[in-house]
Amino acid sequence: MTVVGSQVSGDKKFHWTRKDLLSVEELSKEEIEHILATAESFKEVSTREVKKVPALRGKTIANLFFEASTRTRTSFELAAKRLSADILNFSSSGSSTAKGEGLRDTARNIEAMQIDTIVMRHSSSGAAEYLARTSQAGVINAGDGIHEHPTQGLLDIFTIREKKKTLQGLQVCLVGDILHSRVARSNIWGLKKLGAEVTVCGPPTLIPRKIEELGVTISYDLDKVLPKMDVLNILRIQLERQSGAFFPSIREYAAEYGISNERMKKAKKDVLIMHPGPINRGVELSGEVADGSQSVILDQVTNGVAVRMAVLFLTTLVER
Amino acid sequence: MNPATTGGGTILLKGGHVVDPQNKLDAISDVLIEKGLIKKVAKTIDEKADLVIDAKGKFVVPGLIDMHVHLRQPGHEYKETIETGLRAAAKGGFTGVCPMPNTEPPADRRSDMEFMREEAKRLGLVNLWPVGAVTLKQLGKELTEFGELKKGGAIALSDDGHPISDSNILRRALEYAKKFDLPILVHCQDEGLFCGGCMNEGSVSTKLGLGGIPAEAESIEVARDIQLADLTGGKLHFCHISSRKSLEIIRQAKAQGSKATAETCPHYFHLTDEAVMHYNTYAKMNPPLRTDEDVRAVKEALKAGTVDAIATDHAPHTDNEKDVEFDHAPFGIIGLETSLPLSLELVREKVLTMSALVERMSLAPARILGLDRGHLSEGTSADITVFDADAEWIVEKEKLESKSKNSPFLGRKMKGKALYVLCGGRVVLQDGKIQS
Repeated sequence: MTVVGSQVSGDKKFHWTRKDLLSVEELSKEEIEHILATAESFKEVSTREVKKVPALRGKTIANLFFEASTRTRTSFELAAKRLSADILNFSSSGSSTAKGEGLRDTARNIEAMQIDTIVMRHSSSGAAEYLARTSQAGVINAGDGIHEHPTQGLLDIFTIREKKKTLQGLQVCLVGDILHSRVARSNIWGLKKLGAEVTVCGPPTLIPRKIEELGVTISYDLDKVLPKMDVLNILRIQLERQSGAFFPSIREYAAEYGISNERMKKAKKDVLIMHPGPINRGVELSGEVADGSQSVILDQVTNGVAVRMAVLFLTTLVER
Repeated sequence: MNPATTGGGTILLKGGHVVDPQNKLDAISDVLIEKGLIKKVAKTIDEKADLVIDAKGKFVVPGLIDMHVHLRQPGHEYKETIETGLRAAAKGGFTGVCPMPNTEPPADRRSDMEFMREEAKRLGLVNLWPVGAVTLKQLGKELTEFGELKKGGAIALSDDGHPISDSNILRRALEYAKKFDLPILVHCQDEGLFCGGCMNEGSVSTKLGLGGIPAEAESIEVARDIQLADLTGGKLHFCHISSRKSLEIIRQAKAQGSKATAETCPHYFHLTDEAVMHYNTYAKMNPPLRTDEDVRAVKEALKAGTVDAIATDHAPHTDNEKDVEFDHAPFGIIGLETSLPLSLELVREKVLTMSALVERMSLAPARILGLDRGHLSEGTSADITVFDADAEWIVEKEKLESKSKNSPFLGRKMKGKALYVLCGGRVVLQDGKIQS
């Protein structure tokens, strides 16, 4: 692989073989660690005076977002630009998908334009895997339905490791709507592979069937599990879930599962508060907790760029 | 042309292993056919015939009946036509099929029944016994004219694919159908629990992030419908049962004297929801593939007779429709050409005897539908399937007769193949080839 500059430390002996990143489930522990190590070396780039390395110069990356997203799309765009790749933005509104074109044809057309890597967000679970199966270009899953959001999972893990040094034996709790959360699934796979203990906590209606088979502990009672947690990863609650009879009101949800100032008093002093954003302030998280000293929410955003640089770098330059 | 092959003369099936559950026959025998009817079944028949078929080493059984298929005509001829569907049926060893009424427009009038039957007659392939809609446009609101449908040839009524949610409508349908002695075939699905799901709810749906359909979406309606059958005394038949819980309810009801009958499909005793992994849309059907536990329960129920019949729910869809994101793909798989070998596995696994299998695939559907078929008694229509239980072949897209190729068994090795299909003495399939 061609590496320009001194940005890649990582494990030199590790041989990356994937053109796609579709899920954390499919990654081995070694692959995850290699991504994290690569991200670590890329993190420094964003602190330079000139925030750019020529690693992906001449490569073209397409951001294909079939669902609204600001931060993930921006984060990928920035990551690509800091690697000197050319980046193309497609969004569903105004594109040919609005005219009824299927994913298959949209992808074929993009490919015909010699795109190296496609970053895709899509409302259908499995859409990224579907695209990767039919596409010569690399595919990075930027969120597929409620299945996975691997770069979010990886940046969460990167942030935890940065603050806590290791994940081994760490108590991590994912709080909220586990059922509809692609972030939860990616976190669970990654955290388990790196040795953390994972609890999922939320209303019983929002805990998917048989999730315990993924090796997690289930709790409906946040106050009970909160005191022993090293990390609380608070998921965004979709306000429209009220209509599916998942919970009666935002008010009651906040009372039972919101991280209030009061509830924070029961937590460990060095607990990490995480959130993939965007936050519903005062619902799943009080403003004070979100902005407080235990919050690493903005570190997640910063690290997101580094992790996405690592992923784009590894997949785009893989030997085909 | 030999007059015998068109149903005119005499045909002698020599030396086959004849399995006829109604007549308790399970032995090497000869079968003589004259003018489209069974003339004689005996250990050896030495009479001359216009056509002699050497059936040595093969099974000779009453013609297989698939009581649950979708032939898509009219309205969706790009998926399947009556012609391609009946060819697939013949190739698969069936002498008769019952197409469901979810065509476009829905088959809810006498003329719709007549159209299908006339088309089948014109084609001269296998029998087509149409199923009429229970409610107008299958909307679950107003009853169709059962009497008219029957005059047009309807053999049963169903709103398959569109569950009748209103218990009162189903109650009235079961009651009213008694006048015409028509069974109501129900697709059990509680719409609330179904909730837009696209696969079985369980560990696989949780991993894949796909909307789950709990087994209870089926079994709750099974329990309701059993009670409506009790209330009305109507003829109730359960379509494509997939789950252990539903089977348990049906088993208990039968033990208490219920006359309700049930079918299952080969995919429910061969595959689990693991087949959906990697978002395989060829494993997407409704009801969905369930778990190992359910597969075991389906086999036990077939053995115990809780499940009366094997049908395919043959549901053709094109690759254009199936080669999409999983949640966008339509439900359904084709099944006519793989049903016999997949069901023969039950005999090889000693779940069923050959006689019991023939009963599930021929005699039971005939009885449920009130047809004088499914047996080889003297004087009945010579609907006969001859198959080689050991012939091995591979399911290949190019070789399927069905217009659509949406089978989860593509590439899989099958054991068992129909060689001859006789319909009213007409040779429709000869040496595995369709005679047209």
